[in-house]
Amino acid sequence: MSALRVLVGCKRVIDYAVKVRVKPDKTGVVTDGVKHSMNPFDEIAMEEAIRMKEKKLASEIIVVSCGPSQCQETLRTALAMGGDRAIHVQVEGKEYEGLQPFHVSKIFAKIAQEEKVDLVVLGKQAIDDDCNQTGQMTAAILDWPQATFASKVEIDSGSLKVTREIDGGLENIKVKLPAVVTTDLRLNEPRYATLPNIMKAKKKPLTVKKPSDYAVDISPRQEVLSVEDPPVREAGQKVESVEQLVQKLRDAGLVA
Amino acid sequence: MAAKLCNLGMCLSRRNIYSRCAQWVQTGLCRPFSIQTRTELGVPSLLTSPPVDLLTPDEEMMRESVAKMAAEKIKPLVRKMDEESCMDQSVIDVLFQNGLMGIEVEAEYGGTNSTFFIANLVIEELAKVDPAVSVMCDIQNTLIVSLFRKYGTKTQKDKYLPRLATNMLGSFCLSEVDAGTDAFALKTAAVKQGDHYVINGSKMWISNAEQAGVFIVMANAKPTAGYKGITSFIVDRGTEGLMIGKKEDKLGIRASSTCAVHFDNVKVPESDILGEIGKGYKYAIEMLNEGRIGIGAQMLGLAEGCFEATIPYTKERKQFGKRIFDFQGMQHQIAHVATQIQAAKLLVYNAARRKEAGFPVVKEGAMAKYFASEVAALTASKCIEWMGGVGYTKDYPIEKFFRDCKIGAIYEGTSNIQLNTIAKCLEQEST
Repeated sequence: MSALRVLVGCKRVIDYAVKVRVKPDKTGVVTDGVKHSMNPFDEIAMEEAIRMKEKKLASEIIVVSCGPSQCQETLRTALAMGGDRAIHVQVEGKEYEGLQPFHVSKIFAKIAQEEKVDLVVLGKQAIDDDCNQTGQMTAAILDWPQATFASKVEIDSGSLKVTREIDGGLENIKVKLPAVVTTDLRLNEPRYATLPNIMKAKKKPLTVKKPSDYAVDISPRQEVLSVEDPPVREAGQKVESVEQLVQKLRDAGLVA
Repeated sequence: MAAKLCNLGMCLSRRNIYSRCAQWVQTGLCRPFSIQTRTELGVPSLLTSPPVDLLTPDEEMMRESVAKMAAEKIKPLVRKMDEESCMDQSVIDVLFQNGLMGIEVEAEYGGTNSTFFIANLVIEELAKVDPAVSVMCDIQNTLIVSLFRKYGTKTQKDKYLPRLATNMLGSFCLSEVDAGTDAFALKTAAVKQGDHYVINGSKMWISNAEQAGVFIVMANAKPTAGYKGITSFIVDRGTEGLMIGKKEDKLGIRASSTCAVHFDNVKVPESDILGEIGKGYKYAIEMLNEGRIGIGAQMLGLAEGCFEATIPYTKERKQFGKRIFDFQGMQHQIAHVATQIQAAKLLVYNAARRKEAGFPVVKEGAMAKYFASEVAALTASKCIEWMGGVGYTKDYPIEKFFRDCKIGAIYEGTSNIQLNTIAKCLEQEST
C-alpha cells in the first residue's frame, strides 16, 4: 500500500481557557472579542497525521476548516504544525450559526472524495458544541468504516489497527482503509507550531471554497430555542452530628 | 479630487488594504497589520499608519504559540528553578526546539528567519512566565546572534549560526570588576603573538556563562589606543585557559546563570576576531543600544505577568463584604498601574518597530528600557500590596516578580545611564 493521503478537520473554537458567557438574548454564547484557537481534539488529529507523514506512512496532509474568515488563522496554525495545504470552506455570520455536523460531514465527505484521500482524521468532538457526530456522519456518508475515540492507531497494510477508549476499558479493532478515525485525548501529545514552521507555513497553499462548491445545502435542520447558563451551585451547610444530617435529609424529603 | 479620494477610500476593502500594506512593507514604509482585528474594532479603513500595539496575524500566531509553550513547559518549573538557582535543561531544550534562540537567523543557517520585533515579542511572553528564562533568550537573540550576523565572516557565520540557532548558548563578556558602565576601564588584554592573540584577564557577572558554548570576549588588543584598542574575540568553551568561575547567588532572575569568567593565557587565532581590530567597543555599544529594547520587553512582560497573576485575586478576595477590586481606592491604583504598563508597551513596541524599519533607536531604546524597568518595579511592588499577606509568600509568583524586577534598572546600562543617554540625545536634537 502506498503512502496515505490524509484529510484532517480543524475547527476554530473558543479557547479552552476562556470563561464562556451566554449572550443576553440567550441565542448563543458571546464570541466577539473572545480568544479562539484550534479545537484540542483536532490538534491531536493533526499530530497523528504528522507522525504518519514523518514515518512516511502518509504522503500528504490536507487540512480543512468550515467557518468564518478567521478560520484561516486556525488553518495557518495547522499548516505550521505540519499540514501540507489547507482548504477553507467559508461560512459567515448567521449561516455559520446554523452550521451543524450534518452539513460539515457532507462537506468533509465531498472533499475526501474529490481529493482522493485514504484516511480522514477528526477530533472526537469539538469543545464548543460537544456534538461528537461529525466523524460518524462523515463515515456514514462515505460508507467507510469508522474507528472512533482512538487512543492508538497503527497502519497495517491496507487497514488500521485502532485501540478505542470505551466505558469498560480498551477495545481493539481493525478497519479497512479508506476509513474515518476520530481522536481521543490520550492518542498523543500535540506539538507546538514552532516559529520557523510558522514562517514556512506562510508559503503553503490555502484554497477558499464555499459550501455551494461542494453542492452542499447548509440550511439549518435544527433550531436553537435557548442557551442557558448552568445552574449556580448553592452553598452547602455544615451539620454538627449524624442525627442532624439525617433530620435535614428527612426535611428535604430525601430519606424516609 | 475629493470624489477620487472618496473612491479610493471606498475601494480600500480588506483585501486591498492588505495588498497595499504589503507594498508599503516592501518599500519599507509600513509594517503589516491585522486587518481582521482592525475591522472588528471598526477602525476606519483609510489609515496611513497602523496602531503600534496591533499585531500582524503572524506576530499574533507566534505570540500565542510561545505563550502556550511557556505555560505548559516552563511554568511548572519556575519555582523549583528559582529555589535551586538553576536553569532546567528541558527549558533550554524547548526554547531551541521551538526556534526561539535564533529568531533572526536566516533559514539557510537553520534559524527562524523572523524579525527583531518578533524576538522582542518572544522575550515579553517568556518574561510573563519567568524573567530568568526570558533574559537567557534575550541575550542569545539580541546580543550574541546579532553580533555574529552583523560582524561575522562567512566562515564564522557558517560555523556558529547553525549551532546558535539549534543547540548552543552564547555569552557576552564585557563587564569586569572595575569596568561595567565605564567600559573604557576594561583591563582584559589580548597580546599578539605571531598569528594568534593571548588573552588574560577576568570578566564578571557574565550571564549564561554556566551553559554557554561560545563566548564573545571584549579585550584590549592595543592598550595604548585606549578604548580604540578594544576588540571582540570569539572563544569556544573548552579552550585551554578559559575557566568559568564563581556562580553568583542573586536576589532575582536566579535561574539565569551569572558567573565570573577567567582567561589565563587563552590562545585565540587571529581568524577568531569578530569584526575589525579596535572596533569592539563600538560593536558593544551598538548592540546594547538595540539590545536594551529587549530588556524593555523583558520588564514589560514581567509587569504584565505579575499584574495578570494578581488581578483575579483582587476579584475573589472579600473584605467588609465586598471584593477588594470593588473598593475605589483599589480601582484607582489598579487603573494607574494598567495605564503605566500600556505606556511601557507602546514605548517598547515602537522602539522595536523603529529598529526593524531601520530608524535610529538610541533615545527610544533607552527610554523604553528605563521606563519599562520603572513600571516593572512599580507593578511588582503594588501587586504585593494588593495581594496582602499571600503576596508576600512563595505560594504565589508575585514575590518572585518583585525580586526579578530589580535587575531591569541595572543590567545593559543602569537607569541613570539610560537617562544620560536620553539627555545626550536631547542635547544633540536641540542644537
